[in-house]
Amino acid sequence: MKITVVKNILEANDRIALENRKLFDQKGLTVINLMSSPGAGKTSLLERTIEILREDMRIGVIEGDIQSSKDAERIAKKDIPVVQINTGGACHLDGNMIRETFNDINLDELDLLVVENVGNLVCPAEFKVGEDFKVMILSVTEGEDKPAKYPLMFRESRALLINKVDLLPYLDISLASIREEALKVNPNLIIFEVSCKTGEGIREWCSWLKGEVKE
Amino acid sequence: MHEMSIAQSLIDIIRDEMTKHHVSILRSVKIKIGKLSAIVPDSLSFCFDIMVQGSDLAGARLVMEIVPLEGRCKDCGNAFEVKEYVFVCPSCGGGNIETIRGQDLSIVEMEVE
Repeated sequence: MKITVVKNILEANDRIALENRKLFDQKGLTVINLMSSPGAGKTSLLERTIEILREDMRIGVIEGDIQSSKDAERIAKKDIPVVQINTGGACHLDGNMIRETFNDINLDELDLLVVENVGNLVCPAEFKVGEDFKVMILSVTEGEDKPAKYPLMFRESRALLINKVDLLPYLDISLASIREEALKVNPNLIIFEVSCKTGEGIREWCSWLKGEVKE
Repeated sequence: MHEMSIAQSLIDIIRDEMTKHHVSILRSVKIKIGKLSAIVPDSLSFCFDIMVQGSDLAGARLVMEIVPLEGRCKDCGNAFEVKEYVFVCPSCGGGNIETIRGQDLSIVEMEVE
């Protein structure tokens, strides 16, 4: 006997993510899902962003890593609410993991919640966590072929930060080619060229992000 | 490697459907994998086989169909196959493309007894 089913396999996660999203909306909270490969600069970007935007809004962070609380410790030094999730092997965060942090972070006291996903260019793009939108980082050392190799994340992101631009003089890569490749996959991508080390471009990114946060 | 969690979600759906239809043997399950989804079919199949091993679902076949990526230009209405993940309309050159097929990951049909 054949049974026709026609169901999204990720439906269970999508449902929880939607519930998270409804809760965030009720609280007037803007949530971003920050993704990149390991070492592209997610935590450094957060440190820089918090320094600039903390005067304008209340920011909280959920840190996702396979192991360790190193990132949460870095963020905690900025004296803002932070929760560490250790996935214990899983390569991405999902809706349920985010839901389980709600007892550890007071959502009523936040305007912006950043979910720093596990460093990985593949899996996080497939699992919604309840975010308003996704933002990704690509560091210049990763190469301009990444959008074509990992299209889903570039396609799903609203903004792309090209990080470590201070290293360009040492590399055989051009910003123009990275931009061009990224825009082929997602012509609507908003691109920022930044260096978390020198601070270049961080203000432009922050002022855009500020405009995206709900009043 | 998120194929393990996907295999688990798939098996959860299969079990729900089997209970709903009062059946106990799964012969095969057919799924569709969109070209844009970040799934490696071989690895999903490997995870599925491992997870059903030794269970009442052992021996069930996973049939996978890859769905090509198709987009529609919001500016001129042209529908086309997106090749090499280049989301630019071949007709008008616009970049306002909505994905109409090829992103989803869905279960389609189960053969049961």
